[in-house]
Amino acid sequence: MEQKLYFKEYNEALKQNKLLGLKCRACGMITVPPKMACRQCGSPDMEVTEVKTDGKIVTFTTIFVGAEGRESEVPYTVVIVELEEGPWLMGNLEGIDPKAASIELIGKKVKMSTQVFPGDKYSAGETVRPIFSLVN
Amino acid sequence: MKKVAVVGVGQTKFSGPQDKTQVELFAEAATDAIEGSNLKPKDIKALFLGNALGDFEEGQGMVASYAAENIGCMYVPTNRYEGACASASMAVRDAFMWVASGYYDIVLAGGIERAATMGTGMATRTFAMFSDSRYEFPSGITFPGVFAMLTYLYSKTYNVPLDKLREQMAKVSIQSYKHGSINPRAQFFGKNADMTVEKVLSSFMVCSPLTLHDCCPFSDGGAAVVLASEEVAKKLTKKPVYITGTGQSSCGPLINQKDFLPRIRSREISSQQAYKMAGRKPQDIDLCELHDCFSIASLIASESLGFFEYGKSGEAWEKGDADIGGKVAVNPSGGLKAKGHPIGATGAGQVYEVARQLRGEMEPDNQVPDAKIGMTDTLGGDCATIVNMILERGW
Repeated sequence: MEQKLYFKEYNEALKQNKLLGLKCRACGMITVPPKMACRQCGSPDMEVTEVKTDGKIVTFTTIFVGAEGRESEVPYTVVIVELEEGPWLMGNLEGIDPKAASIELIGKKVKMSTQVFPGDKYSAGETVRPIFSLVN
Repeated sequence: MKKVAVVGVGQTKFSGPQDKTQVELFAEAATDAIEGSNLKPKDIKALFLGNALGDFEEGQGMVASYAAENIGCMYVPTNRYEGACASASMAVRDAFMWVASGYYDIVLAGGIERAATMGTGMATRTFAMFSDSRYEFPSGITFPGVFAMLTYLYSKTYNVPLDKLREQMAKVSIQSYKHGSINPRAQFFGKNADMTVEKVLSSFMVCSPLTLHDCCPFSDGGAAVVLASEEVAKKLTKKPVYITGTGQSSCGPLINQKDFLPRIRSREISSQQAYKMAGRKPQDIDLCELHDCFSIASLIASESLGFFEYGKSGEAWEKGDADIGGKVAVNPSGGLKAKGHPIGATGAGQVYEVARQLRGEMEPDNQVPDAKIGMTDTLGGDCATIVNMILERGW
């Protein structure tokens, strides 16, 4: 059975700041990022839908020790954001001083843009990562 | 199902970077385990070996077959297990299944890793392979980063102020260092017994809010256990340690675990399977070697395993309830924090520790008095693989 939405199309859409998800025809749940089966009920009967990118910060960390090949990026802040329609996304928080990131960030509203991560020799090509910034 | 016993155990010292190859590390541990079982290599029917990153550490794949041949176990089936930091526990659990089924009567299981040899940059990169490569790693998430995010989430979810939580976490590290400092096979043997809350909090920030002393080290090492059916075990040893319950569970990337975090649902399911199979409850467990890859991981694990209430385990460490003499002795070996964490070997190392506890073979200050029932808990990836085992005295 073919998957309704593959990484490739999801990634290409993300490049255009468009977040694609899958809406389950059986239970209505929105699944992001794409999978074969609905994250709630396991049904593969889902349709592609555009998902709103507004959300709020669930948790975060500022990384001071980076992986080989990414040392020049530190310090940077990673966040998990809960989108208005439910799913969690992992991305980066920009527009703040990463060293000053504190627990006060949790619950703050964010908006999303994207950036291409070119990948390294292990990553089978580029991937697009969500970049969040605080909404005033 | 047949009853299955641990009849012999072996483990190298867990350490920083060193010169022995993975196969050599395994050979040392395995030969100790086989000789300790009063067996010969020719008695072993199969080898199940955990090894997460050998491809990157030595450019070595299919290491299980070379490991078996090296120790004189010729022409036996050999399986390599990769489940990140839970690899060896998966290997031991499957060995248990094969012996329980009656298909094999004697199986060798264990694990090896040379994570420290890779150095911090490469180890950080390869450990990050256990997060989702498409949907998580592009953000630059690292393994400590996962648990750093769980720390803030824990603080928020249970209303434990971050400063208080960090002090409780420091006490987890201090307890582990205390036990590891007198464990001769621990990476931090003879070290850090004088750790203080202030030293933990003021050490180098790895990823906020986790400092160096909140994090386990990168480690090299090997561990091995011999499992045998009850009838064979009774002929080999007066002190068979029976594996009375096991469980294993998996789940997807961290972001897909949103309905439960900071609870680890896969651990709740895995441990419940183990308790049910053994006919035991959390209150029955005398000691538990659990997966404290980070200080916060101990708090989260001890709650999912049912030892303490959700959001309250930090208080347990403050009161000594998680130490020897408390409600359940957590990581009397020093745990991953102080004993070390050669990821593909860690689970077999936990079985090594629990078996020796039940046999009363520990250093006096690390021995849990009259320990009868022990448990292991191993976590792989961003909480995506969990294995639990319950072990009991057979005499």
